[in-house]
Amino acid sequence: MNCEECGKRPATLHLTKIVNGEKTEYHICEHCAQEKGDVFTGFHNFSINNLLSGLLKFDPMQKSAKESSANKTLRCETCGLTFAQFSKSGRFGCSDCYTFLGDRLDPLFRRIHGNTQHIGKVPERTGGQLKIRKELEQLKQALQTHVASEEFEKAAEMRDRIRALEQKMAQS
Amino acid sequence: MSQQQFMQNPWSNWMKGEGPDSDIVISTRLRIARNLRQHPFPLLATDSQGEEVVRKVTEVSESDAMRKRHHLQVIQMDQVNPLEKRVLVEKHLISPHLAEESRKGAVLLSPDESVSIMVNEEDHIRIQVLLPGFRLNDAWEIGTKIDDIFERNLNYAFDETRGYLTSCPTNVGTGIRASVMLHLPALVMTQQISRILQAINQVGLVVRGIYGEGSEALGNLFQLSNQVTLGMSESDILSNLYGVARQIIEQERVARTYLLEHTRVSLEDRIFRSYGILMYARTVESKEAAQRLSDVRLGIDLGVIPDVSPLVLNELLVTTQPGFLQQHAGQKLTPDQRDERRARLIRERIADTEK
Ligand SMILES: [Zn+2]
Ligand SMILES: [Zn+2]
Repeated sequence: MNCEECGKRPATLHLTKIVNGEKTEYHICEHCAQEKGDVFTGFHNFSINNLLSGLLKFDPMQKSAKESSANKTLRCETCGLTFAQFSKSGRFGCSDCYTFLGDRLDPLFRRIHGNTQHIGKVPERTGGQLKIRKELEQLKQALQTHVASEEFEKAAEMRDRIRALEQKMAQS
Repeated sequence: MSQQQFMQNPWSNWMKGEGPDSDIVISTRLRIARNLRQHPFPLLATDSQGEEVVRKVTEVSESDAMRKRHHLQVIQMDQVNPLEKRVLVEKHLISPHLAEESRKGAVLLSPDESVSIMVNEEDHIRIQVLLPGFRLNDAWEIGTKIDDIFERNLNYAFDETRGYLTSCPTNVGTGIRASVMLHLPALVMTQQISRILQAINQVGLVVRGIYGEGSEALGNLFQLSNQVTLGMSESDILSNLYGVARQIIEQERVARTYLLEHTRVSLEDRIFRSYGILMYARTVESKEAAQRLSDVRLGIDLGVIPDVSPLVLNELLVTTQPGFLQQHAGQKLTPDQRDERRARLIRERIADTEK
């Protein structure tokens, strides 16, 4: 089956939309799905998302026209979701959206949660890696400073610790 | 337990009504939202991408670590008919969203139905723990251990600053939504409820009717849950909810005592009228059934009606729902037929427990 939007590419997304018990089916390609933010909005006739979308559209934090046009071109490189689509749907497309939309999300988080920073549970395995990665960054910085100041013994020590950590990371 | 039994058996663990404060707190529910890295969220995923997530999650559920704790049975949504889905929704084991809108959705159920894990709902994984009575900490203990097993075997989408990444920005951070289902007839009768609900909104909690978003509070049942998931630790969220629920429970008890002391005759009259209707009516609509069941439940909790088990009431609140009645009948029923069956079911169940 070909995409109902462009008629060219094969339809890979099959969405069922149910509004007041009435069922509509969409068959579109991923390209058109990304172009057409409506699909996102239509898919969820869920009040909380309209609310979120309202929060994003009338964002007083977003003062200049320049900033809002910068938002328009912002998109997730993994799933292709644009900031505009996100502000319509109130939903992310994948976990990388958080990275690509980045700081632009802060005002929204602040309004929903009063916060922007997670302080709860850290997953054991993935969290452990994060910890090691942070430590690695610090060691590498220290290594560079020691090299720059020609403290080679200390630099060698850093290098060994970096190697040990990298091995640990590779094993886990 | 077979798929068939999940549908036929009206009893879920959470309906057994024997938890702490079970005169007011019907059940405690905890939901943990988790997603996998490098998989589009269910909303965007293709069928084959959705299938892959189900396969990965199922694999972990069959691992020794999980088997040691829970024997989960997988039910694929595309292999369940609409009526059976409705039963699962009415038993609070899956969400309406998973039943109606998800593609390649599945649910993993423990035999006692206290654990249900939705796959490809709005998020890849939603672990739900449902317990009778007021047991927030127990629910968290059970949920977080399941979470740990999944995390050891799957690549979770987690970020240092944002925490657990979810499809909807309202769940990001801890990804947890904890809730308690409260039966508050005396606060409704004394018209204090709206004042209390307003105050609740100001402390980062929300209240809903028992069937979630947009539905009204059937039978004086209210679901109190946390709103904030980012910037608060799990224990803060739980203790905040605990504290507010505790206060509401005490206020409901005060209101009940007040009603008994000041309006005993009219209160007893109301309770016994409802009891009488449920015992003798030949047809009853679901809304009325919920209200009458609420009155009788209050009567039991106050000792006004001594011979009926409160557990029957919890069960009836679920089994008198349209999906359940039709599933029980094995056929589609007209509203009139449902009202008749509902009346009969209630009569029989109440008569069963009377001595
Ligand atoms: Zn197309
Ligand atoms: Zn994305």
